Amino acid sequence: MAVSPQTEVTPVRFGVVVFPGSNCDADSYDAVRSFAGVDARYLWHKDTELEGLDCIILPGGFSYGDYLRCGAIARFSPIMKGVRRFADDGGLVIGICNGFQILLEAGMLPGAMHQNEGLKFVCKQVNLRVENNETPFTADYERGQVIGVPIAHHEGNYFIDETGLAELEANGQVVVRYCDEEGETTPASNPNGSLGNIAGVCNREGNVFGLMPHPERVCDEIVGGTDGRAVFESIISAVAGKAAAS
Amino acid sequence: MKAKVYITPKAGILDPQGLTIERSLPALGFEGVSNVRVGKYIELELPDGEAAGAAVDEMCHKLLANPIIEDFEFELVPG
Repeated sequence: MAVSPQTEVTPVRFGVVVFPGSNCDADSYDAVRSFAGVDARYLWHKDTELEGLDCIILPGGFSYGDYLRCGAIARFSPIMKGVRRFADDGGLVIGICNGFQILLEAGMLPGAMHQNEGLKFVCKQVNLRVENNETPFTADYERGQVIGVPIAHHEGNYFIDETGLAELEANGQVVVRYCDEEGETTPASNPNGSLGNIAGVCNREGNVFGLMPHPERVCDEIVGGTDGRAVFESIISAVAGKAAAS
Repeated sequence: MKAKVYITPKAGILDPQGLTIERSLPALGFEGVSNVRVGKYIELELPDGEAAGAAVDEMCHKLLANPIIEDFEFELVPG
């Protein structure tokens, strides 16, 4: 059907999940609201109806106090059934930091996290190399582009067994890696001991993405950078593109 | 009855806490200590019955341990 110029553009609708202990929910909410044509709302962890959304963000924080293992309890919260259904139907899900840990514990992304190699909570700016720019979360970056994004975590040491790693690499599921300023993935540029300098992975279908660094914290010059904006721009373009095609 | 659950990092998985402890022990005069692994111990009580073992096993798989990076074993004792 031809779209007349008067037709209103449908906003891209983001839902930001709030678990008890989430503390980057407002950062994520503010980041997406800084884009034109976006609707955003918070989703409480007890919500089960997730209608009318294009992308769900699982934000950073310390859900359920990080008891037992990071993300282990959040995985069982009522909303996660809906999040899984949403992802199974092709909806976009991005987990940032604790959100990534939750997606791993839920088995929605492959692998597991353990404590940083240096045993310390690491809070600093790191460089990331975009390994795959053919995902709905990274299409607005160049392949191989080096971006500056902060990390803040204690359990970001990504692990997967050999078979799993081979599958990830073969399917292009490693989306971002820790690197130095030149884009080299050196041991010194690996802040937490992650296998293969892996900072973020997606599922095989490409619609679920998790990463330890915080793109939502670099979406405004006033807080020190804008390298994270393309993550959300990519999501918005992907959703708008899908809507235009249907 | 009572279940005593022991969770340890899988063999071959780097355990930074264990390594740090291992490197500290010689400073106290304990030489030759190797393979220090730090895990978790969980105690829980559950109803007596034949199904108890299977239930604890399932609890470990689903929640208490993360089988990707952790091994577990448990014993059931009269509580």
